[in-house]
Amino acid sequence: MKRDLVIIGGGPAGLAAAIEAKKNGIDDILILERDKRLGGILQQCIHNGFGLHIFKEQLTGPEYAQRFIDEVEKLKIEYKLDTMVLHLSENKHITVLNPKDGIVEIDAKAVILAMGCRERTRGALNIPGSRPAGVFTAGAAQRFVNMEGYMVGKKVVILGSGDIGLIMARRMTLEGAEVKMVVELMPYSTGLKRNIVQCLEDFDIPLLFSHTVVKIHGRERVEGVTIAAVDENRRPIEGTEQYVECDTLLLSVGLIPENELSREANIKLNPVTSGPYVNELMETSVDGIFACGNVVHVHDLVDYVTEESYLAGYGASKYINGEYIKDETGFITKTGFGIRYVVPNRINPKNVKDKVNFYMRVNDVYNNVDLVVRDGDRIVYKVRRNHVSPGEMENVKLSKDVLEKVEGDELIFALEEVAK
Amino acid sequence: MYDVAVIGAGIVGTSIARELSRYDLNVVVIEKSSDVANGSTKANSGIVHAGYDAKEGTLKAKFNVLGSEMYEEICRELDVPYKRNGSLVIAFNDEDLRHIEMLYKRGLANGVRELEIIDKNKVLSLEPNVQDNVVGALYAKTGAIVSPFELAIALAENANQNGVEFMLSTQVVRVYKEKDVFTIETSQGIIKSRYLVNAAGLFADDINDMLGGEKFRIIPRRGEYCLFDKAVGGIVTRTIFQTPTNKGKGILVSPTVHGNLFVGPNAVEMDRRDDVSTTKEGLDEVLRGGSRSVKGLNQRDVITSFTGIRATPDKRDFIINIPTPNAVNAAGIESPGLTASVAIAPYVVSLIEEQGLKLIKKGSFIATRQNTKLFINMSEDEKREVLSKNPMYGRIICRCEHITEGDIISAIRRPLGAKSVDGVKRRVRAGMGRCQGGFCMPRVVEILARELNISLTEVKKSDEGSFILTGKTK
Repeated sequence: MKRDLVIIGGGPAGLAAAIEAKKNGIDDILILERDKRLGGILQQCIHNGFGLHIFKEQLTGPEYAQRFIDEVEKLKIEYKLDTMVLHLSENKHITVLNPKDGIVEIDAKAVILAMGCRERTRGALNIPGSRPAGVFTAGAAQRFVNMEGYMVGKKVVILGSGDIGLIMARRMTLEGAEVKMVVELMPYSTGLKRNIVQCLEDFDIPLLFSHTVVKIHGRERVEGVTIAAVDENRRPIEGTEQYVECDTLLLSVGLIPENELSREANIKLNPVTSGPYVNELMETSVDGIFACGNVVHVHDLVDYVTEESYLAGYGASKYINGEYIKDETGFITKTGFGIRYVVPNRINPKNVKDKVNFYMRVNDVYNNVDLVVRDGDRIVYKVRRNHVSPGEMENVKLSKDVLEKVEGDELIFALEEVAK
Repeated sequence: MYDVAVIGAGIVGTSIARELSRYDLNVVVIEKSSDVANGSTKANSGIVHAGYDAKEGTLKAKFNVLGSEMYEEICRELDVPYKRNGSLVIAFNDEDLRHIEMLYKRGLANGVRELEIIDKNKVLSLEPNVQDNVVGALYAKTGAIVSPFELAIALAENANQNGVEFMLSTQVVRVYKEKDVFTIETSQGIIKSRYLVNAAGLFADDINDMLGGEKFRIIPRRGEYCLFDKAVGGIVTRTIFQTPTNKGKGILVSPTVHGNLFVGPNAVEMDRRDDVSTTKEGLDEVLRGGSRSVKGLNQRDVITSFTGIRATPDKRDFIINIPTPNAVNAAGIESPGLTASVAIAPYVVSLIEEQGLKLIKKGSFIATRQNTKLFINMSEDEKREVLSKNPMYGRIICRCEHITEGDIISAIRRPLGAKSVDGVKRRVRAGMGRCQGGFCMPRVVEILARELNISLTEVKKSDEGSFILTGKTK
């Protein structure tokens, strides 16, 4: 089968990319979704708070997804559900599998990767102890509770203050479970401030910073966990151990972009984000393969995923229509003090429509700092931030004419401390 | 009334059961756990040892070398992943070199083929990620790797196909002999048998006591392991042992048959036989030990860690004897027990025969299993064929290992099929990958509930009590 544009993943990223590509004149689009419905993880996020930036209103996850699904239907964009991509090659050959068609081989002119991310597990943390039932990643628990209608436990400890963990603290409480505490390794939360207020503080659920779970107890089902305080190197401090009785441990300890297919296609990955390096049109290091959403870097707001994915859809349409300028002009983006990463990584201003939104995360909590973008010694952009935290993504919009004026080979994003 | 009752369904019990299934006999295997291979067998190194380790003249040496020679054929018959990847015992100093020289001689005395001592350059050309301070190694080309629990499950399935009964979740409480019949009191009632085999692993000393055999004790020894992501599975291609010291064989680093990498085990004597928890100290020790041998191990790449308990006998050798007439002990089968078990089985059967059991080969014995190939391992033609018959093979449930719904249903429906999430995992690898079941576990729970016709809340992770869901939402 030959297709112009194949989009891998029918979550918010894939849907937005498809819509934008269609609006830019690409008719032959196929979305491949492994689940039984479009919408991705949003379908299990039944809480509200989605869409504040894009729609200026509060939507639930399924409502937010439905707006894009409706648009995909209206634009008659083709999709296949229950369909898994088995292989992706550098020359954009895709092998897919589903129960209806069996194995299908597709050659695409362009591909957009929108596979999202997965949760870090107990194994990745190497938490010692027994291996009983009752240890769940927060997302798996969310699926059981919100999609299947089943409770995963009665007395719960949550490790990690990632957003899904915070949301599940509230959800489990509302369903009658006792959420004993949220334990966070870092001295700050990795989730959004609003979730800490609405999901923990409003329900009097304690949040312990600089603590971790050092042992899991219970033979068949979790019977308790041992928690301990950690020092500045995040090592447990002897003598601070405390046993907490519980039947469930939820893990909300980070998300990892799912780039197994990207690796197979020899796409260059950024070790900091674990996602592909991308340029001004969200193209990866491989010609004609674009990427957007959580497969590139983990976002905290779906609205930004949507914006980034519109750009990838636009980029893929330019590529297919032969309007994409590939030359050596432009510059790379780099991080300076305080910034952990910035996306995109390379900019050729000739391809920029009107502006580029640069997304970045800081590497620690800072107060009263300037976020500064420099072209050599010249300050391109500067903004004051009263408070920045790794849990909240920062973004800087730079217009095409600003980008065209960059003279150096690199644009550096950094924090400059005004005062402690 | 059974002809033979085998107590224990680990690698030893299942090997013996399969061997007995060649003959016209009524055989039952009694296992306290809810699945086969649920004790020491599920958590060990999975190494088919070449046979240079055990002292000349011991049962360990004899059955190790015999077993190693038998492995390839048995794994081929039962379609169990097996790979002759070779092993290296690496030396870091003169003392180590003297030791591997001794192992080399011992290997020759034991009859091990294709043994060689190689120098530093050869080691590093074979395995560039071995630490640069290596000075030489013993290279055993016949060393191999296998998936231990998959082999035990395959042996049990094949035995069951050939008529052996399995009583799972059945704990032996008491055994006594009246006239020439063993009465075995269990948690599921009384079982009578003319002959009895004790393959009870960590609990073999208790069964021996019930049989009135000469006293021995099984000392549980914990060994912790870390399993690494397939992304780093190629750090080494051979199994890398350190030169043994008086403290034991040391930490080894090895690829697995499925392309992961593992590091372990340490060795800690313990009091309890059922405590399979890991410890911070142990996991640190294992990772440190592995890094002594090879470069590039990073805790970030660990996908899971686990503890296995070895059944170490207080004698120095395997205990294969007759505790009372018409019974056989196959006890204390510690390392190289996995390798030896397939050779111990025919020996144990011959010991029963010597005590009067008539063995008549049955014409109906089938040595192979049916429909064991995972979808992802099929050829393109096989894939198309299986898809045309059963579209469930077109639905991937485990994204990491590419395991389909068809594979999972087959694991549940086949002889001695999976009844739990761990049972599915150990049969077809769903949940074994880098997300460790994060995505597929809810789907596997659904499929188990549907196939076993039980509610979701009745689905278990493993044994009784390991329930996953606590009830419906409001």
